[in-house]
Amino acid sequence: MAGPGGDMQWCFSQVKGAIDDDVAEADIISTVEFNHTGELLATGDKGGRVVIFQQEVENKNLPQFRSEYNVYSTFQSHEPEFDYLKSLEIEEKINKIRWLPQKNAAQFLLSTNDKTIKLWKISERDKRPEGYNLKEEDGRYRDPNTITALRVPVLIPMDLMVEASPRRVFSNAHTYHINSVSVNSDDETYLSADDLRINLWNLEITDRSFNIVDIKPANMEELTEVITAAEFHPHQCNTFVYSSSKGTIRLCDMRASALCDKHSKLFEEPENPSNRSFFSEIISSISDVKFSHNGRYLMTRDYLSVKIWDLNMENRPVETYQVHEYLRNKLCSLYENDCIFDKFECCWNGNDSVVMTGSYNNFFRMFERGQRRDATLEASRENSKPLQVLKPRKVCTGGKRKKDEISVDSLDFNKKILHTAWHPQDNIIAVATTNNLYIFQDKVN
Amino acid sequence: MSEQGEEMRTLEEQQEMEDKVISPEKAEEAKLKARYPHLGAKPGGSDFLRKRLQKGPKYFDSGDYNMAKAKMKNKQLPSAPTEKTEITGDHIPTPQDLPQRKTSIVASKLAV
Repeated sequence: MAGPGGDMQWCFSQVKGAIDDDVAEADIISTVEFNHTGELLATGDKGGRVVIFQQEVENKNLPQFRSEYNVYSTFQSHEPEFDYLKSLEIEEKINKIRWLPQKNAAQFLLSTNDKTIKLWKISERDKRPEGYNLKEEDGRYRDPNTITALRVPVLIPMDLMVEASPRRVFSNAHTYHINSVSVNSDDETYLSADDLRINLWNLEITDRSFNIVDIKPANMEELTEVITAAEFHPHQCNTFVYSSSKGTIRLCDMRASALCDKHSKLFEEPENPSNRSFFSEIISSISDVKFSHNGRYLMTRDYLSVKIWDLNMENRPVETYQVHEYLRNKLCSLYENDCIFDKFECCWNGNDSVVMTGSYNNFFRMFERGQRRDATLEASRENSKPLQVLKPRKVCTGGKRKKDEISVDSLDFNKKILHTAWHPQDNIIAVATTNNLYIFQDKVN
Repeated sequence: MSEQGEEMRTLEEQQEMEDKVISPEKAEEAKLKARYPHLGAKPGGSDFLRKRLQKGPKYFDSGDYNMAKAKMKNKQLPSAPTEKTEITGDHIPTPQDLPQRKTSIVASKLAV
């Protein structure tokens, strides 16, 4: 990225969140998502709260400063619950947020925890009525007998108030833990996926949901794989994909049948059986799947790599990018400290030319597809001077460590970047560390 | 005869070394098996997945759950009333002893 000849360089823009190292569990960021215009940026956390940032209008007098994201609205989306039948806690952690395309003045988003999806309406109020006939300005009712003349109330401007209200609650449709929601391009329906089932909902109807995928075996002893992520195609409202813990992706067509247990396409890279090890299946588990914006490609993230699939070719990916191949020598310890089960997400840039994903030590990786170039950058408070250009980072795998390189054994595996998001049009990215949200933008030359 | 035997042995050693060089995963697997000899043969099998399906600790009942939550909250907020912190394990709690289910909502630190 930071190469000779004026390539894209990334600069620090903003960081949100507390500086102190003592992180309360509720503050752990669990999802980050831009809306369709990129004007709004939503985060969800383990405490069930949603914070929405809004891009301020650019300051035209200072062209080198991009607009900033400031707090627009914040609300408690989900609360902890207790499942009395199973004696299990239902965490309030927000697993996913997905924005609906804007249709009127209000903004809508879906937020979900393990069991319940909610549709939130975020609306602005910047006027208030004044001059009621029956009420005083402070709200007290007037005695009707004292009213001698009538007036028409007028709307006067007031300080902007942003209100979030839950408009729909979609509950009781998932026995297992919801990992994904995806809004359909038909603007009417959306899917929600848990470990074994995928349901189709109408955004207006909360008391009914259609099951479209069910991979639960009749005998649970025969369980071999679970659903890890699901997404609708960006343009074809009949098409969706779901990924599995075995590293496969299934594309389904809802026109084929009501229950899409039989896939239309199965994307799977053949494995060399001689390479198979105890860890093979675990590291092949897909933690995220994302369609490209143009709908022609699929990106999947497994523990060590990012793969790009052409929808027309099922037998292998067209591109594979190693995120942190040096970890292959550390799988034993990563299994012992559970890091091998970390679920990293991935994202496309607006024109599908660059993909991004997170890693450990607060590093994140970008892969420029056409240029075959990649970069490792770090989100840290040390590189947080305004518009400071991020220096590329390098992990040293061999014996001799160069200056500025970091050795694999010095990586901090508690500092993981699981969630990243890319503005749909501009080169602005949001990167979530454990409890901080970093916003970077490319250097405006 | 013995020369042939030696040759075969070195061939096997070579194969082992090649395995380690070709597959760091297999080396890691050997390490893991050395530490945990009883680790199941089928790693991605039912047990492992079923643990994933049921995440989180299982409580005895909702009273147990509320007590555990209260303990956690009391750890985070030392200013909580002391009478309530002592109601653990000695006797069956009554509804009056349990803290309120809804606590004050703490705003996210991102929204500062």
